[in-house]
Amino acid sequence: MEFLLFLLRRVLWSLLVLVGLSVVIFLIARAVPGDPARMALGPTATQEQVTDLRHKLGLDRPLITQYGLFVAALSHGDLGRSLLTERAVTDDIRESFAATLELVLATIFLALAAGLPLGIAAARWKDRWPDTASRLVAILGAVTPTFFLALLLQLLAGYVLHVLPTTGRLDPADPFHADITGLITLDSLLEGRFAVTLDALRHLLLPATALAAATMGQMARLTRASMLEVMSQDYIEAARAFGIPDWLRVLKYTLRPSFVAPLTILGLEFASMIGNAFVVELVFSWPGMAAYGIRTILQKDLNAVMGVVMVSGAFFVGVNLVIDLLVGLVDPRIRIRGARA
Amino acid sequence: MTEPLLSVRNLSVEFTTYGRTNAVLHGVTLAVPERSQVALVGESGSGKTVTMKAIMGLLREPPARVTAGEILFDGRDLLRASRAERDRLRGTAMAMIFQDPMSSLNPVFTVADQMGTILKYADRRLGRQRGRAGRRARVHEVLAQVRMRDPERVAASYPIMLSGGMKQRVLIAMALLSQPRLLIADEPGTALDVTTQAQILKLLKDLVEEQHLALLMITHNLGVVRETSHYVHVMHRGRIVEAAEAQALFAAPREDYTRNLIASVPRLTGGTSFATLARTDDET
Repeated sequence: MEFLLFLLRRVLWSLLVLVGLSVVIFLIARAVPGDPARMALGPTATQEQVTDLRHKLGLDRPLITQYGLFVAALSHGDLGRSLLTERAVTDDIRESFAATLELVLATIFLALAAGLPLGIAAARWKDRWPDTASRLVAILGAVTPTFFLALLLQLLAGYVLHVLPTTGRLDPADPFHADITGLITLDSLLEGRFAVTLDALRHLLLPATALAAATMGQMARLTRASMLEVMSQDYIEAARAFGIPDWLRVLKYTLRPSFVAPLTILGLEFASMIGNAFVVELVFSWPGMAAYGIRTILQKDLNAVMGVVMVSGAFFVGVNLVIDLLVGLVDPRIRIRGARA
Repeated sequence: MTEPLLSVRNLSVEFTTYGRTNAVLHGVTLAVPERSQVALVGESGSGKTVTMKAIMGLLREPPARVTAGEILFDGRDLLRASRAERDRLRGTAMAMIFQDPMSSLNPVFTVADQMGTILKYADRRLGRQRGRAGRRARVHEVLAQVRMRDPERVAASYPIMLSGGMKQRVLIAMALLSQPRLLIADEPGTALDVTTQAQILKLLKDLVEEQHLALLMITHNLGVVRETSHYVHVMHRGRIVEAAEAQALFAAPREDYTRNLIASVPRLTGGTSFATLARTDDET
């Protein structure tokens, strides 16, 4: 019951944030100098043609009506056409978003799989060699610029060792259309084409590693700090006196109450990577939305930019909603207070 | 005289921090016979907690180091016992009740989960067979023993849902799960209000008598000592300065330090010393 209340509050808040985001994006697009109708028709068009198009696009109506039309179109998944690709923005985004999502999911997985054990080991063996080693790896990961790591990995694994592919999502010789979820790894698994899955994973490994390094470092340090704080709590000493074995004290009694901070940061990282993955996407020719966003911004392709911002915004809100729910699951104190507040 | 259940003899402990070594316990000797209620009383920093941790095997070595003495439990010297043997006793034959109920329960697991886990590993150490349902039943049984009116609801609760007094009772229940022979209570109820503390102490005393446990009560509060203990050890600067029957100690303290400690108890009425209060109480 208390959990349902907690969930309801969070969902309502998220909807509110999304409405706010749509208003802001709409206003910014309207506030940008220049008449979209004039820009679309070019300098040689007559004033009559421009007025005509303005009328057709609804630009001569009051701002509030225009916003209504924008939202109505948005609810049908219509974001207009891209000037850059001359395709529906929705289609462009659908394909590139899936590519970015797959990359980011792999990145988060790597960051957690490496960062969490490093943090746990560092906290368990504080000031001993695992702590030092973990610190070294974490700091290296955090301070190495992403573009540098991306290039380094590409050089090493691709050109020196020839062990991993360095561009794209798949080997072009082996075409595969991911038309269930858009995630090649998942769709190929669903269709039972395991060779494709393997190839997609091989393509994912380098860009995901490059993107994961900084988050992995953050995870390791944050997990260590949170766990050390929890380890000094009375209830951990009490668990020792009650005969709870060492490994269980670390992996259950300490890790679970420590997990809220790393989880929250992970959520923020996850969502912001959708927009910030462009360096890695450009280096590895990954056909993702972050790279698409950068290209459309440089071309002043307003419909596409609005679409990218709206989608990453919605994604950000969605991920944080999920994280809030997970945090509530991990820590009953937050859930109970959240339902009472 | 029969061997006491717990006998600490000539225990000395030192701590080394930042290259400096300080002796904290100087030849502490105390005994807790079977089914007796013994108090260890002293001011903050007198070495009570270190003594207790040494008995429970909770001292971190380093920085701590036991330099001399023995701790006999049921005739076996714990300081020379194997690690597995110590682990087997901790939380089972000897259990401990923590001081601050607010911070001694893990906030993210239910009472049932925490108590069930304690029981599961206690069973494992002792080689006892008991299934999930058996553990559940035992958890409810012990919660009822600590006078919880609705054990099932308490078991399903997270600590944040319980009052301070209830949390303290949960902690007592945790200590009782495996029917210990020795219960060590570290200032129980100090963090609670006076009424609740009195209830907790009464409950503890009743339980100890019902279940024939030996109790070592660690406290700075002489009022608590008078309520709960037969025998008192007064500790000061890492030494036991006086040890006597509770009544005798309050009536006629031999040491200056004990006299000062008794005199330092805040008085409710001007001019009436704690000692005279104790005497009037004894008469009634």
